[in-house]
Amino acid sequence: MALSTDESGRLADLLTSRTEAITQRWTEVVAGQLRGRLSQAELVRQVQELHRALVDALGKGAVDLAAEEAAELRAVLAELSRRQARQGFSATETATGVFALKDALLGVMEADQTAGTLRDYVAFSALVDQMSLFTFESYVRTRESLIADQAEQLLELSTPVVKLWEGVVAVPLVGTLDSARAQVVMERLLQTLVDTSSPYAIIDITGVPAVDTQVAQHILKTVVAARLMGADCIISGIRPQIAQTIVALGIEFGDIATKASLADALRHVLRHGGVETSRRQPRREL
Amino acid sequence: MERVPILKIGDILLVSIQVDMSDQTAVALQEDLAERIVATGCHGVIIDITALDIVDSFVGRMLSTIASISRVLDAETVVVGMRPAVAITLVELGLSLNGIRTALNVERGMELIAAGRGHDEDDWFDDGPDTEPTASP
Repeated sequence: MALSTDESGRLADLLTSRTEAITQRWTEVVAGQLRGRLSQAELVRQVQELHRALVDALGKGAVDLAAEEAAELRAVLAELSRRQARQGFSATETATGVFALKDALLGVMEADQTAGTLRDYVAFSALVDQMSLFTFESYVRTRESLIADQAEQLLELSTPVVKLWEGVVAVPLVGTLDSARAQVVMERLLQTLVDTSSPYAIIDITGVPAVDTQVAQHILKTVVAARLMGADCIISGIRPQIAQTIVALGIEFGDIATKASLADALRHVLRHGGVETSRRQPRREL
Repeated sequence: MERVPILKIGDILLVSIQVDMSDQTAVALQEDLAERIVATGCHGVIIDITALDIVDSFVGRMLSTIASISRVLDAETVVVGMRPAVAITLVELGLSLNGIRTALNVERGMELIAAGRGHDEDDWFDDGPDTEPTASP
């Protein structure tokens, strides 16, 4: 809903002529909401900044928050909500910073009946609503990007595929293995097998705190997928308690090789791939 | 109708599947391959599925059938170049390509067949070369 040119002019007049009263009331309301989590000076600066941007936008003839003239106002609002989202303020607290302007306007208009009509006030609050919604959206967008970044970082951190030997890659799993992580591990391992054309992969579960049927299922799926592609998988790093749990749960690893330590697994792989190395060595000596 | 080309490399027939398989193409491939195995006397078949984005139960069955046919004609089949996404999908679907050997790429597939034949012929001919009698120089 857009303001008429008259209304936006009147709002600009009101904001400039009563700057003191409005910013003071505005700051009070926001301060009450935030309960001292933001310093008074900071708060005043923030309110003044918003006030200035709003007056500027109205002065340029903006009748709507989406208008081209209000670009700077939008930038100020976005920056404000981004800052508050990163500092851990709640969505309500962030939005109140803008909504408080309504209170301030109402206070001024009640005190002075000549300042504007009820119709004006309704039009002004519509603009303030728009600003609040915009703030809210920026806030949510910032939060979402934060969460997405963190989730991605977590996945990146937790699943390295390392090359142990020519043709042998290993995945040291650390932490609980849920479906999403298992999927990432599986994809990355299989892709590495293709990229390096390694016929052997070792999955080391030393860092997995608990192995239940679901985790075992994920590991088994990875092994079967690797086999389908023509690579062999060995599971290593099975701690004594884990071995007991596996047996107690009745999990069957079938003909998949399992080793107690990564060293054992590597030795196993090298012995099996030994045909290849022993065939190459005499050629090099010649 | 599209036909899948069959290439002869040494003692091995290489089939690279580049098109979506239909019933007709699959049947034609099976017939062609059987004929070529008999005609050339090759002992190994490599089926390259690098280009296949989708391997469903139909393609899986076709691969199994080809492997069985080849085995009857004394040729070993190796499926090579399966993509990670394809392997994951097959596992999720619970399809396992029973009786089919797999390798990461054509090179590994050829090594696998060579190794297999090597043992075989060592058993039969004592005067054969020590290692890899069927491998190309």
